[in-house]
Amino acid sequence: MKFQHRHVLGIKQFNAEELNFILDTAESFKEINTRDIKKVPTLRGKTIVNLFFEASTRTRTSFEIAGKRLSADTVNIGASSSSVVKGETLEDTARNIEAMHPDIIVMRHSASGSCDYLAARIGCSVVNAGDGTHEHPSQALLDAFTIRQHKGKIAGLKVAIIGDITHSRVVRSNIDCLNKLGAEVVISGPKTMLPPGIERLGCRVAPTLAEALKDADVVMMLRIQLERQGKSLIPSLREYSRYFGLNETNLKLAKTDAIVMHPGPMNRGVEISTVVADGPQSVILDQVENGVAVRMALLYLAAGGEKMTED
Amino acid sequence: MGSTLIKNGRIIDPANNIDATLDLLIENGRISKIGKSLATQASEVIDASGLWVTPGLVDMHVHLRDPGLEYKEDIISGTRSAAAGGVTSIACMPNTRPIIDNLAICRYIINKAQEQGSANVFPIGSITQGLKGEILSEMGELKAGGCVAFSDDGLPVVSSELMRRALEYADTFDAPIISHAEDLSLVAGGVMNDGLVATELGLKGIPWVAEDAMTARDIMLAEYTGGHMHMAHVSTRGCVEMVRQAKRRGVRVTCEAAPHHFTLTDEAVRGYNTNAKMNPPLRSQADVDAVRAGLADGTIDAIATDHAPHHIDEKNVEFAIAMNGIVGLETMLPLTLKLVEEGVIDLNRAIALMSCRPAAVLGIDRGTLSQGAVADIALIDPNLVWEVVPEKLLSKSNNTPFGGWKLKGVAVRTLLGGKTVFER
Repeated sequence: MKFQHRHVLGIKQFNAEELNFILDTAESFKEINTRDIKKVPTLRGKTIVNLFFEASTRTRTSFEIAGKRLSADTVNIGASSSSVVKGETLEDTARNIEAMHPDIIVMRHSASGSCDYLAARIGCSVVNAGDGTHEHPSQALLDAFTIRQHKGKIAGLKVAIIGDITHSRVVRSNIDCLNKLGAEVVISGPKTMLPPGIERLGCRVAPTLAEALKDADVVMMLRIQLERQGKSLIPSLREYSRYFGLNETNLKLAKTDAIVMHPGPMNRGVEISTVVADGPQSVILDQVENGVAVRMALLYLAAGGEKMTED
Repeated sequence: MGSTLIKNGRIIDPANNIDATLDLLIENGRISKIGKSLATQASEVIDASGLWVTPGLVDMHVHLRDPGLEYKEDIISGTRSAAAGGVTSIACMPNTRPIIDNLAICRYIINKAQEQGSANVFPIGSITQGLKGEILSEMGELKAGGCVAFSDDGLPVVSSELMRRALEYADTFDAPIISHAEDLSLVAGGVMNDGLVATELGLKGIPWVAEDAMTARDIMLAEYTGGHMHMAHVSTRGCVEMVRQAKRRGVRVTCEAAPHHFTLTDEAVRGYNTNAKMNPPLRSQADVDAVRAGLADGTIDAIATDHAPHHIDEKNVEFAIAMNGIVGLETMLPLTLKLVEEGVIDLNRAIALMSCRPAAVLGIDRGTLSQGAVADIALIDPNLVWEVVPEKLLSKSNNTPFGGWKLKGVAVRTLLGGKTVFER
């Protein structure tokens, strides 16, 4: 098939066929990451700017490695070194970068919709590396990739996502992606962390953690970010952990072969116990590994995909 | 000063229960006669065949941005925008720089409007000095100097005790308090209506209860003090219902609704449209329906635009940091006439909601075509369909969510004190 998208702004823009196509493309890149010489010339001569207005280790490194393994020239700009602190607008920052003719801007920004905003105003491709509490498409795709790797399929699986649903861009992208690929999504969390209308995005809300976990094929735990949500949503990490934390005991409610996922970074002992995080059902590091392949696929496709000749 | 005869127009004057094809004679800036086929000689004759002749419209909620924020709007451009919308009287909010909390600013606005403006401007003084929510403004002097009401619009008066005293003190000088009802702790950094759209867009929601909770308090304070509380821009089902109930109990409460709140829902925000960002935010369809019902049954006293010009640089940004508000003076009339077309309200009520009724809330002698009244008049072509082109609005700013809309009905000529200040 032909990949018709110049930008990767969210899962919303893709149908099931396109999502599978991205995953298949990632599959073909995955092997490169285990080679001795981890580099192919696919994006030689292309320039990718990683524009990160929010702190990020995993995603930024993953995008940077993905670009480098495809032989693109990658440049990282972080919020602290950017001109934002000097009062420049997002549009001006982006236009200035664009004037240096990059092929792709990978952006993370705290404002929901900022990637859509950018894509509407500049000429090069925009890849969303997380915009506010809106979308995080590469995360949802690497999650789907990891599920497919371990389960051999996605359709028909029960996926439980637990945590702060309101403030999670990972959840929004995942609900959409998993729905399109035929999975059943169940979410759970304290009611202070469930946004209105969430079920209409394509998921069931389980009133308790136990109910969400019951017979799940995939358990995805979300990071609790006290620094972001303020103090009014939960009384303490201690109580949160007790009612919504995943541990060896409640994990038994899920299917025996269920896999455990976490987008990171983890709060060990809060949303996930160390035993589970490091246990045999955990695929958390597979997610990180697969992230590189998925992002290679996204960069490749955004840069023009099969229109390019491989030399 | 000469005389002007407006012939053959359909005269609609809700205050006097007139709706008929008549002639109207203006002498010395005032309406001297209305009658059938007036044979009077006049220095100027306007043929209004096919047009409606209504009182110049009254918009009781406008941000003129002058003094201090003239890059968004000033008294000249704002009143020109008003005249183009058939509006001849506006009440302007005090969140200028400096704030309208002293006589000098009040007089500056009135004088500039009289000398250079195209509409009457009635300043609204701030409830508290500097809009700080701490000490009452000198309402007696401000009222004597021309202020018609008091409001900290844009901000709620957080202290209930202070709001109580504001109602009592303003009532001493027969002035209403205009409340911007918002419980800021419930708003908690929200940027659009809380609901499915906010959830989907990942934008922090403002729950309706933030407006309702404060509205409930303010109505109770009005009931307790006996003062006149006017609720600005009601946007929720609950607020309309609370005002309805309070009026039944005889509480001195009035309220207004903005055209965007009876026309658009929060669906308009999709695509992160910053021109659909305002405060209170666009709400759900149930809220829109409730506001319409409130207009229909008389619960809502006035249609007011909350005209809030902002520079393009303040709107062409990420949604979360975009300024709140839209311009509205030039779209109020056709959006209200749309309600008539849709059978929500009749024409008489539509005109009343934009003329005599807001004038009554503010206690100003405008909004009627009574004999002897100042000849502020709008000539409206009810059938003219026009497209809203934001760049062509006479406001300095073009932040409207109605760009590209085809609207029906427009003021083709606006008279202020008998003098034509706008002609299309």
